[in-house]
Amino acid sequence: MTTRPLVAVVQFPGSNDDHDAAWALRSVGAEPVLVWHEEATLPPGTGAVVLPGGFSYGDYLRTGAMASLAPAMRAVRAFAAEGGPVLGICNGFQILCEARLLPGVLRSNRELEFVCRDAVIRVENAGTLFTRRCSPGQELVLPIKHGEGAWYVDEGTYVQLAARGQLVFRYAEDVNGSLGNVAGVVDERGNVLGLMPHPEHAVDPLLGSADGGLLLAALVDAAAEHLLAAA
Amino acid sequence: MTPRKATVLVRPKQGILDPQGEAVQRSLRKLGFDVGSVRVGRVLDIELDDAGDGDAHEQLERMCRELLANPLIESFEIRLGDA
Repeated sequence: MTTRPLVAVVQFPGSNDDHDAAWALRSVGAEPVLVWHEEATLPPGTGAVVLPGGFSYGDYLRTGAMASLAPAMRAVRAFAAEGGPVLGICNGFQILCEARLLPGVLRSNRELEFVCRDAVIRVENAGTLFTRRCSPGQELVLPIKHGEGAWYVDEGTYVQLAARGQLVFRYAEDVNGSLGNVAGVVDERGNVLGLMPHPEHAVDPLLGSADGGLLLAALVDAAAEHLLAAA
Repeated sequence: MTPRKATVLVRPKQGILDPQGEAVQRSLRKLGFDVGSVRVGRVLDIELDDAGDGDAHEQLERMCRELLANPLIESFEIRLGDA
């Protein structure tokens, strides 16, 4: 039995951070496997799923809308339903929202500008599967690069999500007009997380920050636990 | 059977911020037009290959709910016509 838990990285037409995600996952102890979006099943022994960043289907109609209907997403939905950890990064977050696996929607940035820079992200909830290696209130430096990153929900839902600790990350400042400066959201059960910043681009201090490694390593822990629970 | 034609209009819901509309409004003002507000939506012209009278509208509604519009931020309007 391998000691490296298998993490599936789903590739959509237009994904462009799939290989970075795989590389970063390997650097924190995972065995990454690229899975084409037309696959109807995940590889046997999958312990976690990553939906990577990019511009699936050229962002046609709405970001993530087409990709949310891919055959692989049916498998991801089933995997999430049985408690499997799922992480959506940037376009992956948009896809999870369009698939209604996460609440809300990502809209055009308030100033309609593509933002591409390092951002400071505050960990609002360090008790999730994905943030267990962080401390409460810890500030992470992670790159952001998106044109549609303004997360939105109606006010009633926002209040509920905040009360339940589902608004896991907030930007330290307003970067895109996101409601409450929210940068990442977890589902009610706690095993599906989406965030706009890119942890996979921040796993080596030589490139400015290794803070993303905290999140990805926690995902690898969660993958190992999920496989153990299923065994 | 002749295809039925339909047009679906998708708009940002009332009260939802529309930065694209605001940018267009500012540009129109720069051109000298006296424009109060602009909202930018989307038009989809759809041909239904095989739809009876009864269920065409229902099919289009399902299309809107399942893909064409995001109910959180967009409203839709269906206009059904004949080919």
